[in-house]
Amino acid sequence: MSALPRAVDLGLIACTTCGLVCRNVPGHPQLDGDGIDDAMACPRCGSTLRRRKPDSYARTWALLIAAFLMYIPANVLPIMRTASLNDIDDNTIISGVVELWVKGSPDLAVIVFTASIVVPMLKFLALGTLLVTARRGSSWALVQRARLYRLVELIGYWSMLDVFVVALLTALVRFSVLSLVEPLPGVIFFGLTVVLTMLASMSFDPRLIWDGKDTDD
Amino acid sequence: MGTSSPEALLICEHCDTVYRRRPLARGEVATCARCGAELERHHAMSTNAMLALILTSMIVFVQANMWPIVTLGLSGQHSSTTLWGVIIAMWQEQAKVVSVLVAATLFFFPLMKMLLLGWLLWFGKAGRRAPGFVPLMVALHRLGPWTMSEVFVLGALVAIVKAHTYFDVTADPGIYAYAALTLLITIFAGVDLRQLWDDLPERTA
Ligand SMILES: [Zn+2]
Ligand SMILES: [Zn+2]
Repeated sequence: MSALPRAVDLGLIACTTCGLVCRNVPGHPQLDGDGIDDAMACPRCGSTLRRRKPDSYARTWALLIAAFLMYIPANVLPIMRTASLNDIDDNTIISGVVELWVKGSPDLAVIVFTASIVVPMLKFLALGTLLVTARRGSSWALVQRARLYRLVELIGYWSMLDVFVVALLTALVRFSVLSLVEPLPGVIFFGLTVVLTMLASMSFDPRLIWDGKDTDD
Repeated sequence: MGTSSPEALLICEHCDTVYRRRPLARGEVATCARCGAELERHHAMSTNAMLALILTSMIVFVQANMWPIVTLGLSGQHSSTTLWGVIIAMWQEQAKVVSVLVAATLFFFPLMKMLLLGWLLWFGKAGRRAPGFVPLMVALHRLGPWTMSEVFVLGALVAIVKAHTYFDVTADPGIYAYAALTLLITIFAGVDLRQLWDDLPERTA
């Protein structure tokens, strides 16, 4: 329906590592992310050439669900303990944001809230939506969905912000006599959430958005 | 498409649309007509300029890791930390996962990226492929989004503000070095290194 030809229709494959355009070896099975491996190596860089990322749906779902399971304790459990002579305070991600807001840094509170809450939630919702709509071969808001995927890829790693904050504060305060900052398990779960969501967005193949019903199985 | 060789073609990685390659004007960015993703960009920077930039980044990187990042003061006591101080502290505080994450994304991966780039471009300057060109180019590609120095700069800012309620806080040279490094990384991010594959064709010599 469009004048723009697609590689899949012309028997071409682009190497995802080096960008070389390769002619498909005749007789190879069509691949649409369903895991049938055609194991042809890129003549330039040696990476395996695939029409679509392998098992894109299954892998992305698995990583996304794992990330979500990590995200629950990351939010419920405290990420950091601050202790001084007369009080002990366990901070969660949200309480850290509230504290920044109350202590007079609303701008930083917004930044931390965005990095720790909005970005992970956006990733769960966006990748979930992309997986479902691509699987159904939906032609709804194609360009917007493509843009959404690029946004997720671009901002994903900024979620690591809170992990770095806890790590820095711990290292700074640990040797002072009067007070103490300790990392608590929440921060580990949060770090894992960020890594898993990054892996999830990498294993999603944005070309599936455009594949439509006919090339889907 | 029988007439054109595959080298003359370009495929959008985000939607699989095939384009005929055309020379780009200075600073021009070609975007995909179907999905809007960036296809290719022309970079005006010469190999020499890039090498100079990498050398600068390495010097700044050494500074960023040598100098303390932040100093806390409380009733005459002072406490400061470097990046490795952070990594070691997290390891000892039973947050080994975090320690590894910090070491990888803020130290080892950025270092590898700079060394790889320096090595590849040093030979590229003479129009040659560096020893190990193919695996090193693949490694450079895989490093992709796993360097996070810019996030760390923002994190240090947040940490300073948080600590400020209890302590006297001073930002140390380390964090300025990090900020400078972030700026340099931003310049690099605009350079499409895949071009080296085309610029330096394989030679049988
Ligand atoms: Zn390749
Ligand atoms: Zn495209």
